[in-house]
Amino acid sequence: MAGNNGWKLRVGSWKGWPPAAAVVLLLAVWQGAVEWFRVPKWLLPGPADVFRDMLGNWPRLWMHTKATLMICLPGFAASVIGAVGLALLMHRFGVLKRALAPLIVMSQNVPTIILAPLLAAWFGYGLFPKLVVVFLVCFFPIAVSMLDGLKDTDPAMKNYMLMIGASRRQLLFKLELPHALPFLFSGLKISATYSVLGAVIAEWVGSTKREGLMLFLNTTLSAFDLDRAMTAIVMIVAVSLAFYGLIGLIERLVIRWKPAGEEKA
Amino acid sequence: MTETGRFGRIAAKGRLEVAGVSKSFHGSAHASTVLDSLSLYADAGEFVSIVGPSGCGKSTLFHMIGGLLRPDAGRILLDGRDITGTRGHISYMPQANTLLPWRTVLDNVVLGLEVAGGTDRRTARKLAAEWLRRVGLGDYANAYPHVLSGGMQQRAAFIRALISPQPVMCLDEPFGALDALTREDMQRWLLRIWEENRRTVLFVTHSIEEALYLADRVYVLGDRPTRVVEEIRVPFPRPRPDGLYGKAAFISLRTRIYELMRKDR
Repeated sequence: MAGNNGWKLRVGSWKGWPPAAAVVLLLAVWQGAVEWFRVPKWLLPGPADVFRDMLGNWPRLWMHTKATLMICLPGFAASVIGAVGLALLMHRFGVLKRALAPLIVMSQNVPTIILAPLLAAWFGYGLFPKLVVVFLVCFFPIAVSMLDGLKDTDPAMKNYMLMIGASRRQLLFKLELPHALPFLFSGLKISATYSVLGAVIAEWVGSTKREGLMLFLNTTLSAFDLDRAMTAIVMIVAVSLAFYGLIGLIERLVIRWKPAGEEKA
Repeated sequence: MTETGRFGRIAAKGRLEVAGVSKSFHGSAHASTVLDSLSLYADAGEFVSIVGPSGCGKSTLFHMIGGLLRPDAGRILLDGRDITGTRGHISYMPQANTLLPWRTVLDNVVLGLEVAGGTDRRTARKLAAEWLRRVGLGDYANAYPHVLSGGMQQRAAFIRALISPQPVMCLDEPFGALDALTREDMQRWLLRIWEENRRTVLFVTHSIEEALYLADRVYVLGDRPTRVVEEIRVPFPRPRPDGLYGKAAFISLRTRIYELMRKDR
């Protein structure tokens, strides 16, 4: 088993090479172009400038990032609880599923950029409407993946469980929930990246507090401080990636078996 | 009538009786009668095979024995008790691999006991581990099922059914998906274990040889609606000798069943 893991790890790092190389190449071309054409820093800073500013301004940048995370993480957590809970209810009660499925799809179709100011109009500029934005943005992928996972159990396994007399509860905990887990995680990974973007858009509407990555971006942009604005963008991307990676890590710790369909490789 | 005395230790309980069971399904165009007043039984500790053409309502029969379907008429009796339409009275092994991929082999083998309840976890796991060792799967107790070959998976599934507390085992074409050689191994293996334990077995198969080799009695079923064409007491002594397939008596019995099934078409 250990040998197998080592092999996987090596394959993993090899797989990571092309995108890493592409990013490095892109940064190099960017830096080279900025220096070659002598583009002024206030118009387009090079990656080196952005990095330098990031280090110099780190405490302030991190303060704003934390403020954004305080919207993104609780909103995401609430969404996980709400979406998984609703998916379980919808799975249990077919009527509820038929009644609510279109509403869930609709929740996804209202653009966040319109939703955010509406919620601010109703609930003000505090934390609550921002959490609602993140909640709604994350809800759909989680609920849908969970529902699909619950619905998609192997009919032969379900038949087996019923034949040996499994109760509804046993069916759920011993078969349907474990089967739905890999599905749930793909939904969680999508929602994790959405949640950061959702938080930033929610901040864009305005806030009673003078903090958050969107506020930082706004003030630096209006001052034409482009290299500083870029640091905010880098942070947004970095936080999204980190969150995605964290969910992926948890997934690998939780799901130790081979998901269905990969059997008999 | 029964030859139980010859076989020594026999389970005290576990006489299964299907008494005059009928079932029709109502399609949009017409109702189709799948079972018409079907009666058969398996005595406590008896190995009974059911052979019949594919799609002859055997799965409907099993679903009714398992309590998933209610017959339109007739009753299912276990030791004289009416269990019609109630679940949890039988242990079961289907043809498809129904080992849960997220459970280790040991945890899978325990599943039948777990669902039935009444056995504490330690005892159940000890019993399962002992059985896995006995059948040469001890090294795989903590592996996930996907690393097992098809034959090994069915061995684990059989042990899962065997150590379940219910007195009657229903085996639904358990070796149907295996290649011919593995299948022969599995038949010999199954007989060896069964002859030591003598549970009541209802064994559905397409293969006449398999039915004759394994069973004390064979029901030959006819098609549409399913009914018993003939009931044959298998005269070969136990333990069944290795070269049984080539014996003249075996071949003539096989030919007779084959003719019965052909005539019925």
